[in-house]
Amino acid sequence: MEFIMIFISAVLVNNIVLARFLGVCPFLGVSKKVETSLGMGMAVTFVMTLASLISYVVYNLILVPLKIEYLSTIAFILVIASLVQLVEMIIQKTSPSLYQALGVYLPLITTNCAVLGIALINMNKGIQTDGAFGLIHSVINGFGTAVGFTLAIVLLAGIREHIEFNPIPKNFKGYPIVLITAGLMAIAFLGFAGMIK
Amino acid sequence: MSSITKQLKQGIIDENPVFIQVLGMCPTLAVTSSAMNGMGMGLATTAVLMGSNLVISLLRNIIPSKVRIPAFIVVIATFVTMVDLLLQGFIPALYDALGLFIPLIVVNCIVLGRAESFASKKGPGKSLIDGIAMGLGFTLALTILGAIRELIGAGSIFGLQLLSASWYQPITIFVLAPGAFIALGFVFAAFNAFRLKVTKN
Repeated sequence: MEFIMIFISAVLVNNIVLARFLGVCPFLGVSKKVETSLGMGMAVTFVMTLASLISYVVYNLILVPLKIEYLSTIAFILVIASLVQLVEMIIQKTSPSLYQALGVYLPLITTNCAVLGIALINMNKGIQTDGAFGLIHSVINGFGTAVGFTLAIVLLAGIREHIEFNPIPKNFKGYPIVLITAGLMAIAFLGFAGMIK
Repeated sequence: MSSITKQLKQGIIDENPVFIQVLGMCPTLAVTSSAMNGMGMGLATTAVLMGSNLVISLLRNIIPSKVRIPAFIVVIATFVTMVDLLLQGFIPALYDALGLFIPLIVVNCIVLGRAESFASKKGPGKSLIDGIAMGLGFTLALTILGAIRELIGAGSIFGLQLLSASWYQPITIFVLAPGAFIALGFVFAAFNAFRLKVTKN
């Protein structure tokens, strides 16, 4: 039950893009078409779940025993950068079709602040709950957050495909209308707040 | 002297990181619930930009181009950690308000973007000025957006009550998450209108 709560909270209540403002750059940049945004979402899900797992291991088995927790930012960003590189190589070798689908988006994920963000959020939760936010919690939180990201970006892409053909005031073309659309989506997601304490 | 003012003008107005280049959107949206937070975040990023631009420029002939991105990230992350610890020690109120977004300066595209496109090619003096100029442009954008959101959402700017609570009902949604997107959308639209007008004349 607790795991389901964490998952729902990560997907809807604390949606990474619309409530926490992480990963806004790909959210605005790669949401022109539903198909590409779905590809981006899948790539992020893959990397974010793995990054939650590995950053947990690195933090608790390397940084804490050596008492160098203050290096966590540097350690995590290196873990994520090398993880993205590794994942890219593995997918290229084992599944060329998946590589074709995700190819373009994989390198972009290193600079997606949502991935580093979730590693840090998991770490902070672990500190707050005195280490009780365990490995499985972290992985589920990472996976749920990534599903939330995918949901938000695919929804936005769906809306953008439609508003493309509408008469938009000249000054609002491009980013302004997309930002306002995202704002309205955020209001809708605000309705989930208070669902889980 | 004139080249310095030109560089500053370029960073703050002509190539403003937020309004023109549309970089660094996450902190722009997340920490601008008040003018003070926006300015604090802007100045923290400026400090990182100055440090990283200077060091990367000094090391530009030593770092092999194949591993330059990881090398840049390590330099940037070092300065971010320093800013993080300094803020925690000396300005704890701001540290609490900005929270997660201080370590996330590492993945702010403005910092890596300037390292890649400017500091890795030009001398240390110019790179330092570029860091200051871009940082100030970022600070300006964040402060403006923070001021607008604070004024509409709480009736005050920098904590100073401008719209009296007796007749002004604050639109609280503007200090919450959705307001950030909507306010930035309108600021962008205003900026577009201004630019179209200038180019027409």
